[in-house]
Parts: sequence; structure tokens; C-alpha cells
Amino acid sequence: MVPLSYYLVLSGILFACGVTGFLIKRNIITIFMSIELMLNGVNLSFVAFAAHWHTLAGQVFVFFVMVVAAAEAAVGLAIILAVYRTRETLNVDQVNLLKL
Amino acid sequence: MSQFLVERGSLPLGLYILSSVIKSVIVLFVLLTSVAYTVWLERKVVGRMQNRWGPTRVGPFGLLQPAADGIKFLFKEDLLPPHVDKPLFIAAPMIAVIFALTSISVIPFGNPVTIAGYTIPLQITTDVNTGLLLILGVTSIGVYGVALAGWSSNNKYSLLGGLRASAQMVSYEISLGLSMVGVLIMAGSLSLQDIVHAQQGVFWRFIPHWNIFSGQIFGFFCYLMAAYAETNRIPFDLPEAETELVAGYHTEYSAMKFAMFFMAEYANMITVACLATLMFLGGWDGPMFGPPILQAILPVVWFVVKVFCFLFLYIWVRGTLPRFRYDQLMAFGWKFLLPLALVNLIATAIAVAW
Amino acid sequence: MLSVHLILFLAFGAVAVAGAVNLLVQRHPINSALSLIAVMAALAGEYLLLGAEFLAAVQVIVYAGAIMVLFVFVIMLLNAGVEEQTKGSRVAILFGIPGMLLGSLLTAWVLLRHSGTESVPAGALPGSPTEIGWLLFHDYLLPFEITSILILIAIMGAVVLASKHTSPGGGPAQKVKD
Repeated sequence: MVPLSYYLVLSGILFACGVTGFLIKRNIITIFMSIELMLNGVNLSFVAFAAHWHTLAGQVFVFFVMVVAAAEAAVGLAIILAVYRTRETLNVDQVNLLKL
Repeated sequence: MSQFLVERGSLPLGLYILSSVIKSVIVLFVLLTSVAYTVWLERKVVGRMQNRWGPTRVGPFGLLQPAADGIKFLFKEDLLPPHVDKPLFIAAPMIAVIFALTSISVIPFGNPVTIAGYTIPLQITTDVNTGLLLILGVTSIGVYGVALAGWSSNNKYSLLGGLRASAQMVSYEISLGLSMVGVLIMAGSLSLQDIVHAQQGVFWRFIPHWNIFSGQIFGFFCYLMAAYAETNRIPFDLPEAETELVAGYHTEYSAMKFAMFFMAEYANMITVACLATLMFLGGWDGPMFGPPILQAILPVVWFVVKVFCFLFLYIWVRGTLPRFRYDQLMAFGWKFLLPLALVNLIATAIAVAW
Repeated sequence: MLSVHLILFLAFGAVAVAGAVNLLVQRHPINSALSLIAVMAALAGEYLLLGAEFLAAVQVIVYAGAIMVLFVFVIMLLNAGVEEQTKGSRVAILFGIPGMLLGSLLTAWVLLRHSGTESVPAGALPGSPTEIGWLLFHDYLLPFEITSILILIAIMGAVVLASKHTSPGGGPAQKVKD
């Protein structure tokens, strides 16, 4: 039998890895993938709590999170393509035209 | 042991594992032999359509040709070109074959048989509640084998061919899924055995109650087109035609790895044919006669006959039609097939609701 | 205390954490993308252990089979190569990784010590497609319709943003470099 806290710890580890990736990586696509990792960690937490409190609302919410993540991935990658076409680089440190 | 983790019906755990292992071995053996002999069948049938013999020299009617081809592939030199991405280059055909062979595990081949008091279902797993969704999921992952093969080959033609093939497969997956939803609405369940049970019976005393005769003819047509595109067969085989892009995503592959891509394509064809018989042609439904031992085997025989008819249709279309250009292919998938699948879905939903 | 449920949970969890750490360690984005696919597949296994069979299938079909294919396409098309370490990223690694480790260890300790030890049995809440569909079309109909409009907007936005458009002067769009 697996206690609820084990699921939450796993979800927390995945979320922490996502935040770390967001902070230390410089390639815009890898940063975007860290955001998806964070969303996955949170999804696991939702499903674990849904099983714990015996309500299917948690699973329905995860469904909506997946849909929104899909929409966000599509638009975000289109923006990345547009930035690449004008700036010719995927490194976020070099997209700094507004810097003084 | 919780009920959900092992839904094994009336079997004790050890017997369940033993029966699953035996079923896996038998199905894998039959599937790999069928893949080899589907290649033989295709060469023979296409040869006859083109007014020539096909393989005749190796064994009677060329029946040992697949064995000869297998030996040839084993002895060919397995090249590893110098600048490829080695882990991905070796992994890509493995991914393609593994996921092509995995989706056969939820397909039921007949009614559950009763041996020595235990009821054993004729599929490798027990009857999964969401069998159809699992097959769709495995098909979605199979796209990676093609994309990674194109990427890891360090060759611009392979990359373009791989991207074209994966874009085609992803586009037609939508129509494939939507054409299945019409069948789902009529059966009311995602489990494959329930879908077959919903097609029992006859009307007007001799037309069986299969989905293809009870209104899903447009669904069948959508499924057929989407299946041809998913398995990269003519008329949708631009990404792997020899005259286009050298040979597409498997240009740099030789010997055993190329054989694995080949096997994956034909295994996908057989899986798609099995799904079509389950969903549209009534599965193992057919005239039953004879003693009980014959009645246990007869559903499997009817299933195999229907799969063979579907595969013959695949090969017949291959010998007859020219191939689409890439922009025509994508336009067909998005502008014709997807609206047709949606209209079929709406019409089925309205018909069932009344 | 070692039940099959715990072994399976630890196995899927180990694959998920290994994939997440590999995403951070790899320098080429294509390897990070493949690790993320492994994480999603492991999470689909975890959902099955919790009984959410529909959600596990949707995770594989939508997340691992469609969204990640989109990521892999963009990485292959743009082909920007391995990423370089800049001054900002070295500072972030120096302070960020120990900080994250400390934060997550603290959270894990608090959760394991102080949250209840009630177990979630395997397959606790069978989320069959029928029941989730009922909820989606009865209690949560408004969010369902709004997310469908959201997807429509996202499709239109992605098509417009990713298309090549020429500037009004008639020449190709200017490339800006400094």
C-alpha cells in the first residue's frame, strides 16, 4: 500500500526539476519543456488527491490542464519559430534588444 | 491484491501468468510468420496484376522466399555511417518494431474458451475497459520511430523524408480516431469484446448485423483511407517511395535495421486489418456448425479469413493506384477526410439518439 | 510491507525522476525531449496505479503522442545545436541547484513526517470514460465549451504566427541582428 505522501513527494520532485530547468537552461525550447514538466508534476498531485478523497473532479481538472497545455504548446512554439526567424538564435540571453 | 491491478476473472494468479505467457508466445510466432508471408502474398498478387509470375523459384510457388530473404538480411553488412547519432540511430528501428508488435496484445481473436473449468479469454491481456484507446496511444508513439530515424541519419534527405512521414502519420491519426468514434457510439463501450458482441445477430435473415452494413459505411471508408496513410502504403507512400527523396527515412539503414522497419510496416498493416475486422466486419462472427471442439476453433478461423480479405484489399489497392503528391496528400487528410469523419460522427450520434 | 503496488510505484517513480534529471543534464534539446517523453510514459503508469485508466490513455495519446511530437518537430526543423553556457546560466547553476535541492528536501521531509499515513490503495478511484464523460457534459459543461473555444483560438494564433508574411513594402521580412 502506498501512502498519499509518497505520491506528493514524487510530484514535488518533478515540479522542482521543472523549476530548476526553467532557471538554469538557456535554450528557449528546453525552458518550455521544463514548464511542461512542472505541469505534469501538478497533474500527478491532482490525480493522487482525487483518489484520496474519492471524487472524480480531480481527474476532470487534469483533463482540462492537458487541453490548456496543448493550446499553450502550439502557440508558444509558433512564437519561438517567429523569434528564430528574426533573431537567428534560440539562446534567451541573446534576445536582448531592449537592454540599455 | 486489489481487484483492479489484476482483473483475471476466475483464474488464480499463477495460471493467469502462465496462460498469458503461452498466448504471447503463440501470438508473436503467428504474427511474425504472417508478416513474412504477407510480403510473399504481396509480391505474388502484385506480380499477377502486372501479368508476371512473382516469386516462383524458391520452393513450390515461391513459398520459401521469405526464408531466403531473412537469411539474406542476416548476412548483409550492417553499416553504421560515420556521423550518425549512434544511440538514436540504433534505437529508432527498435522503437518502430516494439510499438508495432505491442498493439496486438489487446486484440481478441475469438470467444473466451473454457478449458478444464477455467474461462480463458482469447487475447493476451484480459478484456481491458479502454482497449481501443490503448491501440490509439500505441499508434501515436510509433511516430517517433520514423521521426528519429530521419533525424539521426545525419542526411538532409532522410530528415525531410522522416519529417514528411511523421507529419502525414500525425495528420491522419485524427481521422483514424474519429472514424472509430462512430463505431463506439453504436457499441456503447471502448472494450473490443463489447464492440464485437454489439454486432451479433442478423437482419432480413441473411445480412449479418455487422457495422459495415448497419450504417457505418462512411466510417469504414474513412477508416480505410486513414489506415492506408498511417501505415505509409500506396496511395500515400510518398515518404518511402524509391523515386522520391532517395528512400526517405530509411535511406541510411541496411540489413537487420532495414528489415526491422519493413517488419514494423507489415505488422502495422496486420494490426490495422485486425482492428477493421473487429470494428466493422463483426470480428469472429460467422456461421457456426459442428461438434463443440470445432465450435471453439471456428471463430478464430472466421477472424483470420476476414483479416486476409482486408489484407488482400490493401494489396489490391497497392497494385492499382498511383501515389499522391505530398500537398495533395495533406489536403486530402485535412480538407476531405476530417470533415467526412466529423459528419459521420454527427449523423451516427443523431441516429442513435433517436 | 513490500507489496506489488509499492514496487510498481517505485519503478515508475524512478523512471520519472531519472527522466526529469536527464532533461536537466543533457545539452542537446532533442535528448531532453526524449527524456520528457519517458517521464510522461512513467506518469501514465502512475495514473493507472491510481485507477485513472482514461486519463492514462489520454496522457499517452495527447501529451506523449501529440504535444511532444510538436516539440520534436520544432527542434528538428530549427536544428540549433547544443546550448552554450553563458555567465547568467553559470550563476543560476551555482545558486539554483543547491537552493532547489534544499527546498525540495525540506518539502519532502515535511510531507513524509506530518501528512497522514493513510494509504491510497491500488486502483482507488476507477475513472472510466463513461463517468468522466458524464461529469464533463453535466457538471463541467461550461469549462468544456470554453476550452474548445480556447483551442480554436490557439489553432488560429499558431497558424498566423508561424506563417511567413512579407512586410508591406513588398520585400521579405527583415532579419534583425546586433
